[in-house]
Amino acid sequence: MESKPWKPAALLAPAVSAVIFLLVIPVCFIVVYSFWLRAPSGADIPAFQFGNYAKFFEDFFYPSLLIRTIRVSLETVLLCLVMGYIPAYFFYRTESRIKPFLLILVMLPFWISFIIRTLSWINILGDTGLINHVLMKIGLLDNPLSMLYNEGAVLMGLIQYLLPFMILNIYVSLEGIDKNLLEAARSLGCTEWQAFREVTLPLSLPGVSAGCLLVFVLTSGTYLPPMILGGPGNDMIANLIFKRVVGTLDWPFGSAISTILLLLLGVIVYTYNRYLGINQIFKSLQ
Amino acid sequence: MPKSFQPGERRALEKESKSLAVELKGVYKRFDKVVAVEKMDLEFEEGTLVTLLGPSGCGKTTILRMIAGLESPTEGDIFIQGKRVNDTPIHKRNLGMIFQNYALFPHKTIFDNVAFGLKYRSVPRQETRDRVKRALEMVRLPGVEDRMPSQLSGGQQQRIALARAIVIEPVVLLMDEPLSALDENLREEMRMEVDNLQQLLGVTTIFVTHDQREALSMSDRIVVMKDGRKQQEGGPEDVYNNPVNHFVADFLGHSNFINGEVLGREGEYTKVRVEDGNEIYAPGSEAWKPGEPVELVVRAQKFDLLPDKEDVTAPEINTFKGIVKDRSYMGGEVSYFVELANGTVLHAISMVSLKPYRRGETVLIHVPPRHCGLLKREN
Repeated sequence: MESKPWKPAALLAPAVSAVIFLLVIPVCFIVVYSFWLRAPSGADIPAFQFGNYAKFFEDFFYPSLLIRTIRVSLETVLLCLVMGYIPAYFFYRTESRIKPFLLILVMLPFWISFIIRTLSWINILGDTGLINHVLMKIGLLDNPLSMLYNEGAVLMGLIQYLLPFMILNIYVSLEGIDKNLLEAARSLGCTEWQAFREVTLPLSLPGVSAGCLLVFVLTSGTYLPPMILGGPGNDMIANLIFKRVVGTLDWPFGSAISTILLLLLGVIVYTYNRYLGINQIFKSLQ
Repeated sequence: MPKSFQPGERRALEKESKSLAVELKGVYKRFDKVVAVEKMDLEFEEGTLVTLLGPSGCGKTTILRMIAGLESPTEGDIFIQGKRVNDTPIHKRNLGMIFQNYALFPHKTIFDNVAFGLKYRSVPRQETRDRVKRALEMVRLPGVEDRMPSQLSGGQQQRIALARAIVIEPVVLLMDEPLSALDENLREEMRMEVDNLQQLLGVTTIFVTHDQREALSMSDRIVVMKDGRKQQEGGPEDVYNNPVNHFVADFLGHSNFINGEVLGREGEYTKVRVEDGNEIYAPGSEAWKPGEPVELVVRAQKFDLLPDKEDVTAPEINTFKGIVKDRSYMGGEVSYFVELANGTVLHAISMVSLKPYRRGETVLIHVPPRHCGLLKREN
């Protein structure tokens, strides 16, 4: 066969240029912006100084938002994991004919705008919302429970947004497990539960791991659930960025916070991959 | 329970009582409305290797899975060592299972794979180590304890699977097409390995396959199945040489089938007129009445081909003149299609002796009467 050295490069070009134009260049812009100065007049002046970064760490208020973001993200990951593994496992084991339909139901929320879905929780959790309305109608409550504008409501919003990602990641991983392995384990003396612990659970870890990472990263970058369902004390770091960039038009400071978040997530993802050894698990599965 | 794999010990045990390891009595299995296994009565003698042979969908795997406890029979009873096990869950049946795709635990080392069953039998650590070591030696893969399954070849993985199954000293070894994922040469080797190991351990083995060569070469008994029903059961030679019906004759080996009609007894033979008008002599039997429609079965290997020359004296009966229409050379043997004067085409396989016949050459084709099988004609 004739070898054409330019061929691989030509074939890769569309993908590479998409990544460069849509990802690398915008991120570079943000990083460059983060060093600019903001004049009292509101104009952005090109510069190379670390004032924006210094400002972030001057006051504990900003880092505390970062810490809260990570805590809420971890809580979301944990809740999604518990709530996601069970349906994923059900999809894996069921031989029901409506399984494809059920899988579509998991993806159904993606067909509705994220904002609408988040707003709809107000109608469920609000003072005159569904839950309070029903509980007061049947006489269990005299005054409405206040379920909105706290961290619980934020977590609720985050979970309804992110749960499908967790379910699908775990499901794909489970689906790849050869069912003969379970039968082999059973024939060697395992009960159903022991076979789950010995075979299914460890072999689904790559999916669990990927799902957790995805949920973590998506949570730490989202601002809608805290903005719509949270109270003043429930802001996360993305809300801060949103307020700086959209609210006060302070692009340099907003960019600096974004860069800090980007670096932090980069370090977390790197460490996670390295020590939780996703790659190692994949390697052993070929 | 014998503690080690001492072959002599097992043999002695086997001799004193010819008991049944597994028995199926009137077993039916239906999936929704599909009948997978119908009225199956089977006996598996202790220490033997029995093959369930048949095309895919014949129910052979379902039988294996019912014995294993992975499926439960819709009707009928299954006994393992005389005990009814219909309600015994799989993990309490003490069986060794071998799968087509090896089914080794990919996340566990070879040691942990082989030791898996021992762990759930609470075998002490030192004994586990010894038994795993011995099992790996038996499958001729000593010293691979620390490797991962993915680091071994397909054939090696299947040996590990074998070690994992025998280390628990199962009452029955169940093998579901264990060799079909391996390539030709390796399959041959593994076949002998499984055979030797089975004889050495004397463990009752039920082997499911669709490969007649596997079945014929390693079984003590063969159960030929079709559409969920047992067609024939017997030793390999018996099943091969005396097929009871068209299906068995067709499934095992290359057979020629010619419809005919019994003319009557003639000396030691039964004379048959086949539909192309030729008369053929088959072994004499009182079973056939004149005028009865029959099907003549001749194995392709049983034909003798002789050159059509003046100095060649061919047997008087069952010899016909024909022309080689087609041939394929297969190394040790040659497959011929010979067309007779009246248009009948016969398939003959013969060993390559001197020079294979050429296409278009006129030959004499002969079959000794004892190799002519007669079957009742089916509709």
